[in-house]
Amino acid sequence: MSTTLTPAPVDHSTTPHRVSGGLLDPKLIVKSLPDAVKKLDPRVMVKNPVMFVVEVGSVVTTVSAIADPSVFAWAITVWLWLTTIFANLAEAVAEGRGKAQADTLRKTKTESVARRLLDWPASQAEEEVAGTALRLGDHVVVEAGQIIPGDGDVVEGVASVDESAITGESAPVIRESGGDRSAVTGGTKVLSDRIVVKIASEPGKSFIDRMIALVEGAARQKTPNEIALNILLASLTIVFLIAVVTLQPMATYAGAPQSMIVLVALIVALIPTTIGALLSAIGIAGMDRLVQRNVLAMSGRAVEAAGDVNTLLLDKTGTITLGNRQAAEFQPASGVEIGELADAAQLSSLADETPEGRSIVVLAKTEYGLRARAQGELAHATWVPFTAQTRMSGVDVDGKQVRKGAAGSVSNWVTENGGSVGADVAQLVDGISAAGGTPLVVAEKDGGKAPRVLGVIHLKDVVKEGMRERFEELRRMGIKTIMITGDNPLTAKAIADEAGVDDFLAEATPEDKMALIRKEQEGGKLVAMTGDGTNDAPALAQADVGVAMNTGTMAAKEAGNMVDLDSNPTKLIEIVEIGKQLLITRGALTTFSIANDVAKYFAIIPAMFAGVYPGLKHLNIMGLHSPQSAITSAIVFNALVIIGLIPLALRGVKYRPSDASSLLARNIGIYGIGGLIVPFVGIKAIDLIVQFIPGLS
Amino acid sequence: MSSTLAGWLQALALVGALALCYRPLGDYIAKLLTTAKHLRVERGLYKLVGVDGDADQRWPVYLRSVLAFSALSILFLYGLIRLQTHLLLSLGMPEMAPHQAWNTAVSFTTNTNWQSYSGEAALGHLVQMAGLAVQNFVSAAVGIAIVAALIRGFTRNRTDRVGNFWVDLTRIVLRLLLPLSIVFALVLVANGVIQNFHGFHELSTLAGDTQSIPGGPVASQEVIKELGTNGGGFFNANSAHPFENPTGFTNWLEIFLLLVISFALPRTFGRMVGDNRQGYAIVAVMAIFWVASAALITFFEAQHSGTALQAAGGAMEGKEQRFGVAASSLFAASTTLTSTGAVDSFHDSFSAFGGGLTIFNMMLGEIAPGGTGSGLYGMLILAIVAVFVAGLMVGRTPEYLGKKLGGREMKFASLYILTTPTIVLIGTGVAMALPGERAGMLNSGPHGFSEVLYAFTSAANNNGSAFAGITVNTPWYDTALGLAMAFGRFLPMVFVLALAGSLAQQQPVPASAGTLPTHKPLFVGLLSGVVLIVVGLTYFPALALGPIAEGLH
Repeated sequence: MSTTLTPAPVDHSTTPHRVSGGLLDPKLIVKSLPDAVKKLDPRVMVKNPVMFVVEVGSVVTTVSAIADPSVFAWAITVWLWLTTIFANLAEAVAEGRGKAQADTLRKTKTESVARRLLDWPASQAEEEVAGTALRLGDHVVVEAGQIIPGDGDVVEGVASVDESAITGESAPVIRESGGDRSAVTGGTKVLSDRIVVKIASEPGKSFIDRMIALVEGAARQKTPNEIALNILLASLTIVFLIAVVTLQPMATYAGAPQSMIVLVALIVALIPTTIGALLSAIGIAGMDRLVQRNVLAMSGRAVEAAGDVNTLLLDKTGTITLGNRQAAEFQPASGVEIGELADAAQLSSLADETPEGRSIVVLAKTEYGLRARAQGELAHATWVPFTAQTRMSGVDVDGKQVRKGAAGSVSNWVTENGGSVGADVAQLVDGISAAGGTPLVVAEKDGGKAPRVLGVIHLKDVVKEGMRERFEELRRMGIKTIMITGDNPLTAKAIADEAGVDDFLAEATPEDKMALIRKEQEGGKLVAMTGDGTNDAPALAQADVGVAMNTGTMAAKEAGNMVDLDSNPTKLIEIVEIGKQLLITRGALTTFSIANDVAKYFAIIPAMFAGVYPGLKHLNIMGLHSPQSAITSAIVFNALVIIGLIPLALRGVKYRPSDASSLLARNIGIYGIGGLIVPFVGIKAIDLIVQFIPGLS
Repeated sequence: MSSTLAGWLQALALVGALALCYRPLGDYIAKLLTTAKHLRVERGLYKLVGVDGDADQRWPVYLRSVLAFSALSILFLYGLIRLQTHLLLSLGMPEMAPHQAWNTAVSFTTNTNWQSYSGEAALGHLVQMAGLAVQNFVSAAVGIAIVAALIRGFTRNRTDRVGNFWVDLTRIVLRLLLPLSIVFALVLVANGVIQNFHGFHELSTLAGDTQSIPGGPVASQEVIKELGTNGGGFFNANSAHPFENPTGFTNWLEIFLLLVISFALPRTFGRMVGDNRQGYAIVAVMAIFWVASAALITFFEAQHSGTALQAAGGAMEGKEQRFGVAASSLFAASTTLTSTGAVDSFHDSFSAFGGGLTIFNMMLGEIAPGGTGSGLYGMLILAIVAVFVAGLMVGRTPEYLGKKLGGREMKFASLYILTTPTIVLIGTGVAMALPGERAGMLNSGPHGFSEVLYAFTSAANNNGSAFAGITVNTPWYDTALGLAMAFGRFLPMVFVLALAGSLAQQQPVPASAGTLPTHKPLFVGLLSGVVLIVVGLTYFPALALGPIAEGLH
């Protein structure tokens, strides 16, 4: 895992293109107005059946108002048009935020010139072509200060690359050929060195192109759940349409035939305009929230699936534990002073620049007060570096040889040099392994004497802070976490227990991962995972939510349905929460919208019929001033509530991880009961004002 | 004992009896719907009609079987009614007009039992027994068969088979309805319901007039009339007639019979889906509406205003002296909430709100507890809508009993909840727009409107009771209400079976802490709210112009 590569001091002030988190900029509303009006085109409106009915109603009332003008007729007409425009405004604002991001992204797409290699690797001959002329499989060379002309994989060289254009991170990242850090993105800048990149995307389909399409909402398709909700809303609209249309003959019989204006007002008040108006804005904003967390979802479907995830596969390293093991304890062999062991351990690690090596020096200092010796003190020392063959490192100084390394390797070294390893050491080693740690054996050979084992260093995986609570939360949300690790089962179990994950997969190969995903899915579960390597690609593709790390290979990024630009695997948990929040927002506003109808009935029905059936006056429990003011107030409320809820639609309702029952109770309380009460208050308040308008009283 | 106290005791006894039957009857129905064993007589029947009793059907085939069976039933019944003058046991009844015969044939096949004729003046014993009584059995069985298919949609995974209609139909009739009917018919006979093949007896009364006393095989028809939530009376006066419902006990028993299967079916549901708590949740919602409705109707009917009403102990107009206000109200609530439509009192004479509630009960869609089978599938559809909205609010793609509710499922559920209101409102709207039809109303003003609204609500929801007061035996009403009954019965079945097919194909999602629990009080409350709001909102304007306008002074 390559998290160490992107130490991310996120400084948003230097990344001007990021839209700040979820707040609604009033300027954006004004800017989106023209777009909102443009969307009145019936060909656009018809895609939203609820609002299309409102628009048709607005046209009808406009005609009626022209034919038979009155203050009331015009008031209703104007507010119906406003209702339609407000709905469009919600969508336009949501899209507008994406557009702002797209514009900044486009700037990075400035025409770059590519140095195409004609016959690489046979020759270094190159030609200059436009970046857009590059085709799949072309090789280009990029040097310090140049912009990488297209997406691809580094096939030669290593370079530091500034990816702030897409990630917003100012710290450069390392990209090198081979391995899992080979992917580069078009539009990013090479800061040092020279690399050869094999282009992996067709022009117009690059990562940045896709990103622009995504944040602009151009590639937006209705998600399955949105379609289902739309069907329900459409059927409610039809029912109310029929209820109102058939009301006229009944009203005529009662001796109170209603004007077209009133009937249209009743329809609009009843159909679920609130959720109908905000539905697409909610979807767009959901994607947008991901983008603000530097996650690109390739489809809205993926975001929705994230909310449904049952099983999270999390890589141990970098996600659950810090990237590296750390020395936790020195355990001396029998007959050895602990100070002696600490001293030898420190000595052998001085030149060891790995995090493990440094942690040994730190431990020696904090626990045993051993000052780190300066390199100068040991100028005559010969450092023995770690190699894959010897599997140990150390130092030769003053005729003394100190070695530390894997238990087997060091034991071999000791026995080969005529020493012996005591049973107590074997016990220590086994004890550490059983506890899930990694034992490093330290041995010393003083001159011609036989080498002896000094003791064992206990290296331990350090579980990230707060992970246990995180998993606890996930469990409450009904999500199972499975830790994936290459460690042996013993080690894996120890860490799994410490971190509090539900299950683990030890000694995991890509095939094992794939099999695990399949097994979960066969049980009807949805699986989410992160990955970065090429060998993760099949599993990423198989998972329902596959989050590829931006540092990963192109293959991984293609296979997943999301890309995390920060390459932070822990973010998977946030992604799940955003997915849930998206659905909750939809459900909450649907409930609110339907619950609102009760109050509107109490406003409009007595207004329509109290004239012929005076008893119906008792239904006017809000005590609205006059029939006209009552109907106007209901319509005005209906329009204003859309505007009032735009921020909520964009921000999403508050989500606190908890089990389904308490979430439901909370949301029914707020949006169901609230939806019943709020319009009574709102309509009454509006009536207190509009009753003074001449013609409505 | 006062009538109110008697009413309370009757209601309590009823609740007790229904609760006692809930488990054994529900389990028994679940077993007969799931067992692989055929009775010998059933095997013989399958051989006779050429059905493979072990082969399951895909939902379109199941639907085709239902529709074909029902279409044949309508044709047969129509023919039988039209030809009765030429057949045995016609008692010299006159020929029935085509439009009325169509209305009657559809009415009994759709489990509605709307009667635009008067039993003792239009039909002989043969039609009553071979035509109407047979449909009383099979139309009730069809409803249960449909809900069985829907439940299988929940219990089966990755299959396109939802059961075998012919097997379901046969088993429900032979193993459930027939045995219960025989037992309870005997109980009814023992309590004074008549059962004979007599025609009319001409008697001279003390005052010197002559009176014509009808006879007939009443008890055998009466029992399935209630048990199968049919409601079509042997006599015009229905369960108010002393030969159909002679005593307070038979009245209580008839209420029990018309509720017992529909209230036990949630147990069948819980049993079949392997979680009895799901059944308890559904039955709780049904019970809430039933109890509330019965209590409210009793309250409105018992309100004393005016000297005459005070003297009578409530609104006694149109009610039988031997039942009283409370028992009549209980019967009215039960019959309108179950799609039965039998009456032991005259709903047209109920107080504005009491009568309005009987309309509202039907408008709920006959789900609390509803008709045999149809009540449960109606409630499950509303549960799906409730789960959908609530499921979103817990942040997951909504799932009910492990089955996801996606676009396809919501399409069928939405079409279902759209169908009946559309028929009721368009039917009523058109009737009100036709001056000729409106003239058929007995009353003017809101009460007259309620009569028309009641007629279409009753027909489209397959209840079959009448507010009465309007002349419905006209070609227009017979045809229109016949269509309302047919569409109101069979369109929802199409959607339910399509939904069943769609659910059965899915792979179940395992439940977790993040899954919406559908067996807890919160869900019961939510589902009740959805029932009330989805239905109440649709009909509120119409109700406002009828009973509400009448009731609020």
